[in-house]
Amino acid sequence: MKQFKQVTFRLNGKEVSCVVDVRSSLTDMLRNQFGLTSVKKGCEVGECGACTVLINKEAFNSCIYLAVWAEGKDILTLEGLMGPNGELSDIQQAFMEEAAVQCGFCTPGFILTAYEILEEPRDYTDDELRKLLSGHLCRCTGYENILRAVKKVLRQRLEAAKA
Amino acid sequence: MPNVGKSVTRVDAFDKVTGRAQYTDDRCPNSALVARVVHSTIAHGYVKSVDTSEAEKIPGVVRIFTCFDVPDIKFPTAGHPWSVEEAHQDVADRRMLNRHVRYYGDDIAAVVAEDEVAAAQAARAIKVEYDPLPFVLDPIEATKEGAPLLHKEYPNNILKHTSIRQGDYAAAIQEPGLICVDKWYETPTVQHCHIENFICYAYEENGRIVVISSTQIPHIVRRTVGQALGIPWGKVRIVKPYIGGGFGNKQDTLYEPLCAWLSMQVGGRTVKLDVPREDTFVSNRVRHAEKIHIISWVRPDGTYAARKLVMYSNQGAYASHGHSIVAKGMGAFPQMYPCPNVECDSYTVYTNRSVAGAMRGYGIPQAMFAFESHTEDVCRRLGCDSLAFRRKNLMPVGFVDPFSKNENYYDSYNQCLDKAIAYMDYERKRAEYANQTGPVRKGIGLAPFWYNTAVWPISLEHSSCRMVLNQDGSIQLQVGETEIGQGADTAYAQMAADTVGLADYTSVHVQSCQDTDITPFGLGAYASRQTYTCGFAIRQTGLLLKEKILAYASEMTRMPVYNLDLVDSNIVRVTDGRVMMPLADLAVESFYSLTHSVHITAESTYQIKSNAYSFGCCCAEVEVDIPLAKVKLTKIINVHDCGTLINPALAEAQVHGGMSMGIGFALSEQLLYDGKTGRALNNNLLDYKLSTFMDHPHLEAQFVENPEPTSAFGTKALGEPPTCPVAPAIRNAILNATGVEVDTLPMTPHTLYRRFCEEGLIQDPWRKEG
Repeated sequence: MKQFKQVTFRLNGKEVSCVVDVRSSLTDMLRNQFGLTSVKKGCEVGECGACTVLINKEAFNSCIYLAVWAEGKDILTLEGLMGPNGELSDIQQAFMEEAAVQCGFCTPGFILTAYEILEEPRDYTDDELRKLLSGHLCRCTGYENILRAVKKVLRQRLEAAKA
Repeated sequence: MPNVGKSVTRVDAFDKVTGRAQYTDDRCPNSALVARVVHSTIAHGYVKSVDTSEAEKIPGVVRIFTCFDVPDIKFPTAGHPWSVEEAHQDVADRRMLNRHVRYYGDDIAAVVAEDEVAAAQAARAIKVEYDPLPFVLDPIEATKEGAPLLHKEYPNNILKHTSIRQGDYAAAIQEPGLICVDKWYETPTVQHCHIENFICYAYEENGRIVVISSTQIPHIVRRTVGQALGIPWGKVRIVKPYIGGGFGNKQDTLYEPLCAWLSMQVGGRTVKLDVPREDTFVSNRVRHAEKIHIISWVRPDGTYAARKLVMYSNQGAYASHGHSIVAKGMGAFPQMYPCPNVECDSYTVYTNRSVAGAMRGYGIPQAMFAFESHTEDVCRRLGCDSLAFRRKNLMPVGFVDPFSKNENYYDSYNQCLDKAIAYMDYERKRAEYANQTGPVRKGIGLAPFWYNTAVWPISLEHSSCRMVLNQDGSIQLQVGETEIGQGADTAYAQMAADTVGLADYTSVHVQSCQDTDITPFGLGAYASRQTYTCGFAIRQTGLLLKEKILAYASEMTRMPVYNLDLVDSNIVRVTDGRVMMPLADLAVESFYSLTHSVHITAESTYQIKSNAYSFGCCCAEVEVDIPLAKVKLTKIINVHDCGTLINPALAEAQVHGGMSMGIGFALSEQLLYDGKTGRALNNNLLDYKLSTFMDHPHLEAQFVENPEPTSAFGTKALGEPPTCPVAPAIRNAILNATGVEVDTLPMTPHTLYRRFCEEGLIQDPWRKEG
């Protein structure tokens, strides 16, 4: 028997509401009901990180998060990073400049975890950054340029904080 | 050339960092029906019956089809150009669903349902009765008399056996004073692990079947879908949106024919077939596991007198790319270290395992692990320096392969080795690490590699290109080659801009989404061919377009064509350098002129009858914890001579990714099979250990840029080569650290523990022998 439930939450800064099958994952709700295609499906069991979204500013694998749990939450997907006039966030810009994008399938998830890390910039070592980003799998980049991009923005933000 | 050679931003970067780039699933309507494939739960046997009665009762199930329903047509799946000679055509040995199941995971039935949950529930509720047969997982066992036979057309399960004979091996080994080094090497089954699983969806439109597919080879899949369904190839349309990685797995026809057929059975409604990760590991393609035997007869002065190679390649249940993979590896053997007396034999053998197909490197990573481990082992027996030995014996400048006509134009091997050695401080460290004691030891090792670009003359090579002048003086670019994440579209835009004479690569709009109804025919993304092969077509077509533009400019300016040029998007009079008009003005005139209106376009095909060596090396440093049998990779560099770099930043990024895959192949990746059932044991991303962010040190990528003389832009293969030398370099570093020759990949603690016990580095009183 299919059961449905109404869910109300904030999505990329806007109050939204919809009716979902209670068995749905947050991934499926965001993709199918809100058309947010940045939320990618790579394994659907929380292994690859491609479906990452921020829930109350914390990165989660949305594939193993039930849609109904979104009730009352503040959810940010990659689409929500773009400014009102179409401007990119610094971390998106850095991914472009540092050639951190290849096939692009892991990119949205990586950017959101990086965004979470960068919101509270600290003087992380490379090893600490690697560990913080290790919930995402990528087969194209060897992670090298992704690390470069994150470090670049981290430096920028730390310098901005000092100034 | 203002665009080629610059690290410009990828043409698709913006769409990818904003999540806007559309992949297959992003284009599929929510109303699509969902297909789920039911897989065999035995490794070998016949399906006696399939009971679908319980499954059909599940709400939301639309139709269920079994191996008794599909057309009795066998089809080939390899992403090869079709051969018009029957003897060279790919082996057709599977149906869309199979009654004779040949591996644990073979395709038996398919459910079409209204949603994923119903499809999955129905798939589980289907009851299959089998007549089981004995199975075999090892390629050497499979060739023995009495082994279970997979395909009756192939006695002893040998799909193909080919040989190379040079000189007289038997006579040469009689030379007195020779040292014989006789060893076996073994590489595992690994999987591509692109983050987007294979997915496709199909529907009927205007009496034709349309398949949107995550494929590297849209134009080839058009043919194979036609073949599998027994319908004219023109009735099939394939569309390739952005794809989330392929690495060779998607250089194969996977489920496109089945998905198309399912759609046709339900009235042409849209059917989506999204492969779960667990099935991607088992029921797509894997890299061939190989067992490789090398016997070298070496003179005390460090030269080869005679060499013998035997390779067994584990094909799994169906032919897919088949023998071409091990044959490529075998072909490298007599070329890399030329020797007058060589005997090579390679066997591709069917076994009851997952089907092996193309994977980044196409047989060369396996071959290089064996060849370059062996080089190190030969030098140990001789007591000579392995770097000096390589410099003396590697393919010399001027070497020409009589078959491919490939010529080694430059001293790439030594130039690449020099750079790697300088970066790593190799020679000092090599001496420093020679005599270590204690539980944790350091080591450094290197390995060069052999690779060639594209597939001529084994197969057809051509490339087609269409350019259309837009009304603003920009151009549309269509090619048959496929962007799969590597950055091909960006390189093409750079090449096209320079050839035509446009100021900026952003004035070239590349049709990234391949559509067999729109883009010219092309062979696809494989063999690290596209920058090389498509370069010819872009240059030839760009020159044609430029010629037409200048002819029109001649009319407009009343100047002779030979006094005009197209530079930085301007029509320029070369005699005095005067800008006669912007290309944009000419474009508007050409479209809307009331006296001579013409749509300026150009289209051409270039058939490539050349091929290019692409060489380089890897150097790696490790720390080995002997009691824990654990390796930490501490420093690594790859150096490549892939000719002129079109986009240095993207080239570097390609090398990083290849190195990462090589590190996984060396140290952690292996798809394990249960010997009792043939079932894959670790077919998920948690238990299958592909490299994570924490498994790498900094990946250093450097280049030697010797322009390739045969190439339209001086460029040659780079996509696959970075994966090829990594495993032997790490292995040779472990040997340097411990004095232990590890001849089996991956070099996990399991492998190293066994070897360290055998060599007396670990004393374990509880260890059982064997």
